Amino acid sequence: MTTLTLALAQINTRLGDVPANLEKHLALAADAHARGADLIVFPELSLTGYMLQDLAPTVAMRPAADPPALRRLLEASRELDIVAGFVEDDDAHRLYISSAYLSQGEVVHIHRKIYLPTYGLFQDGRFFGVGSTARGFTTRFGRMGLLICEDFWHVSPPYLLWLDGAEMLVCVSASPGRGLAAETGLESARWVEDISHAYAQLFSIFVAQTNRVGLEDGLTFWGAASVFAPDGRRLAQGPFFEEAVTLAEIDLAEVARLRSRLPLLRDERPDLIVRELDRLQRSGSSGGSGHGAT
Amino acid sequence: MTTPPSPSLEIDPELARRILTDFIRSEIHRAGFKRGVVAVSGGLDSAVSCLLAAQALGPENVLALRMPFRTSPAASLDDAEAVIRASGVAARTFSITEAAEPLLHLVPEGDRVRRGNILARLRMIVLYDQSAEFGGLVVGTGNKTEVLLGYTTLYGDSACALNPLGDLYKTQVRQLARHLGVSESILAKPPSADLWPGQTDEGELGFTYADVDRLLFLLVDERRSPDEVVAAGFERSFVEGVLDRIRRTQYKRMQPPIAKLSNRTVGYDFLYMRDWGT
Repeated sequence: MTTLTLALAQINTRLGDVPANLEKHLALAADAHARGADLIVFPELSLTGYMLQDLAPTVAMRPAADPPALRRLLEASRELDIVAGFVEDDDAHRLYISSAYLSQGEVVHIHRKIYLPTYGLFQDGRFFGVGSTARGFTTRFGRMGLLICEDFWHVSPPYLLWLDGAEMLVCVSASPGRGLAAETGLESARWVEDISHAYAQLFSIFVAQTNRVGLEDGLTFWGAASVFAPDGRRLAQGPFFEEAVTLAEIDLAEVARLRSRLPLLRDERPDLIVRELDRLQRSGSSGGSGHGAT
Repeated sequence: MTTPPSPSLEIDPELARRILTDFIRSEIHRAGFKRGVVAVSGGLDSAVSCLLAAQALGPENVLALRMPFRTSPAASLDDAEAVIRASGVAARTFSITEAAEPLLHLVPEGDRVRRGNILARLRMIVLYDQSAEFGGLVVGTGNKTEVLLGYTTLYGDSACALNPLGDLYKTQVRQLARHLGVSESILAKPPSADLWPGQTDEGELGFTYADVDRLLFLLVDERRSPDEVVAAGFERSFVEGVLDRIRRTQYKRMQPPIAKLSNRTVGYDFLYMRDWGT
């Protein structure tokens, strides 16, 4: 089955109140299921809220310990697949910003946020550990990749997921609005819109992104979930600033059809990337220091 | 050689209105309140805060306070009245003259700064007392220009529970005011803190909002260097004077520092949002 009805949930959250946020997840998942959705995607840290700071350890979950919130979401995932965001404790008290893909009562995949913005208003790196993998995973609809906010502001995680066979990128965020200007609205909103659109075409892939709404102190999250098809068509657009669940009909077979006439992935040269990256690393002229190097 | 910067302070006023009304509603409701209180002077900033608060909370949930001193121009009271009528909020007028006189008696006639601070802090006392009586939070009126320049009285006009205008320069507040339908009378008059007769902000500061807003936008928002803004046409003495003013008034933008002794200290490593749990 390559067709699915995707539901992108852009929700407000209560900061640090997992039980209240969980109830909202379950209610919206049931509602989306009733509207025919096969997969509902919630934003980054959807079970906890975003600017957790010292709340992070108090809301963390260890998936291996069968925490009640996860158990109830897994039960709900027997009706439709669910992507939800949470603080993950890795059993050694290292905390991550994670999102889990749940289906048929099972945890199919957990992605740990790789790029933790720690600049400007952002403090992720102060409170969380860095994820170290970008892996595609196989769902009952096809192969997908899951990324969290800053992960898709960097080109490398979407690129790696493309090479790993993903037919759809699912990008979740808690992105605060900033850079208000006359012509372009919020710069951060335009940015996410532009790169989502670009990744769809660059990688002949579906890109589905959702972002939370509401405020935390003076930060306003702008919502505006969107879905782009591999040829760049916009398939769905959620409203700005308001809670909403936006549905989109997707046929992942469209990826195969487009790639048969535009074989960018077939012709991609990972060997060239590896060779040139290796040279840049050895000559010390590559941009990033890499995590753990500082 | 970098391109000479040409700042645009144009905002999308409807988008700003949307975000700021959501902000006022969210912060007040999450603190457990439904109501807000605004000091309305007859000037531009307080007109905008009052109109935004009325839209965010409903006019019946907003109290506008007029707090004239005996030297306050009658035109300011009229302009404040126009804002109150336009926004439909409840209003009260308290003269601060009687409370101010015994305190002003202690200060030399020529010491305008001390005298002005007394008036600003008396208005704060009335505002906070009325906020308790009305059961609402104080919605601030300080814009980004005065926050950065420290052109405020600490624990006076800068005191508030939330500040919707603090990320808009004065010239941007003006764009928002126009969008909200603030009257020409308020838009056209020179900004004043009304701390002594004939006072204007631009006269006291020694430069115009139009100039300093462009400069601040380049230095702060665009992170341009002093040399770059001088190359863009700003007088070096103006640039250095403003930078010095920003540095000297940093204390006005922060909570007082706590001397760290323990392993966990408020402000350094006891970190929670105000909206914690809501």
